[in-house]
Amino acid sequence: MGLLGQALIAIEKAVKVPLFGCRMCGQCILHETGLVCPMNCPKNLRNGPCGGVLVDGNCEVYPERPCVWVRAWEGSRRLPLWRDHIEHVQPPVDWRLQGTSSWANLATGRDDVVPAGWPRRPDGGPDAENHDPTVT
Amino acid sequence: MRATPGRPHSRLEALLRAGKFAVTAEMQPSNGADPDEVRRSASELRGKVDAANCTDNPAARPHLSSLAAGALVAASGVAPVVQLTCRDRNRLALQADLLGAAALGARDVLLLTGDHVSAGDHPEAKSLYDVDSLHLLRIARVLRDDGTYLSGRTLSSRPSYFIGAVENPFAPPHDFRPVRLAKKVEAGAEFVQTQLCFNLPRLSEFIARAGDSGILDRVFVIVSVYVARSTRALRYLRDVVPGVDVPDAVMDRLDRATAERQAQEGFALALETVAALREMRGVSGVHLISIKGQESILRLIEAAGLLPRPAVEWSPDAPMVESSR
Repeated sequence: MGLLGQALIAIEKAVKVPLFGCRMCGQCILHETGLVCPMNCPKNLRNGPCGGVLVDGNCEVYPERPCVWVRAWEGSRRLPLWRDHIEHVQPPVDWRLQGTSSWANLATGRDDVVPAGWPRRPDGGPDAENHDPTVT
Repeated sequence: MRATPGRPHSRLEALLRAGKFAVTAEMQPSNGADPDEVRRSASELRGKVDAANCTDNPAARPHLSSLAAGALVAASGVAPVVQLTCRDRNRLALQADLLGAAALGARDVLLLTGDHVSAGDHPEAKSLYDVDSLHLLRIARVLRDDGTYLSGRTLSSRPSYFIGAVENPFAPPHDFRPVRLAKKVEAGAEFVQTQLCFNLPRLSEFIARAGDSGILDRVFVIVSVYVARSTRALRYLRDVVPGVDVPDAVMDRLDRATAERQAQEGFALALETVAALREMRGVSGVHLISIKGQESILRLIEAAGLLPRPAVEWSPDAPMVESSR
């Protein structure tokens, strides 16, 4: 990776870690999750809360913290844009992108690449035509 | 109710599609390697339930595997609902086990996220969560309907199973729960079993919201009912199991019962809940759970007038796997 690439990662980290608790998954969906990073969920849930959310809305694993998805849902209700994007079925995480810049991956379309068998569905999810050429 | 083309994948699916009220029960998970323990338990349920769930390391504690239990249950003449969680396996292992479950006779699968290891007796273990429950639902659909792995590689034969999910109408964020149900259906769920229901008004609200969105035309909802054998057991569920909502009125009701009458009161509560669920539009069946209390589940099925289980036209001799195109 070039110097520019390294700099981009450093800038993205410096901006998004303090603001959103970003985990640098490299395939950012913050705008679809009420600007709350789903990778802070101890179960890495990308599509909504688990069934173990406590009665007070806190996390079952860290009972002193609010559930990431309770915050995501509330956050999405406040967004003027992308409000309904929380209803989209998100594809599985590509763990190879961990630590890379989601901005660079967005620019190249790399963050939209899904496994070849992951079907395109009429839910606004990623275009399944962007098949991952490395997975066959 | 559901306009799915093609033949039903299981007797449970055929029953639900025929509009019959389904009865399923949770098998007590086995803490040993004795197949007779599973067979005995399954034999007691034969003819009394439409399917029996084989749980996958429930409460994040290891037990006899759900695939093995499912095979033993199927051989005992009871339809197993084989559960698979995302906690202990990555996407490779999950696909392998979906195929394995189908090959071993499971015609119903239930796919879920799974309790976190911190809730169990091996809190030091590494959790996988490579994919989430929605991903797993869609992967199960891809295997079955597209005849490929997630990678796109073609299967030599397709598994055939009815695909289930779970949902918890009783946990926050309550407004998101019907949306989450819709997402699970979009991902591939054809039936759901809910978390334990002690709060009928909350369930009713959830069902109404889901009904308004039209999603109930595409999924069957089976509601879980707990047969409490003591106040202590109910309090344990409320205080220790995350996501179980026991309203104060329900807790008080059991608290007021004398020690000798607690089991009776717990049974009465379950019986009333089942009766209410049979009347609730949008609820297609009940899933009965009791901790080490299969006998009380059987008594409940009898007392609730759920016997005999309805006959439904479905051929168990139909080929287990459909050959790939």
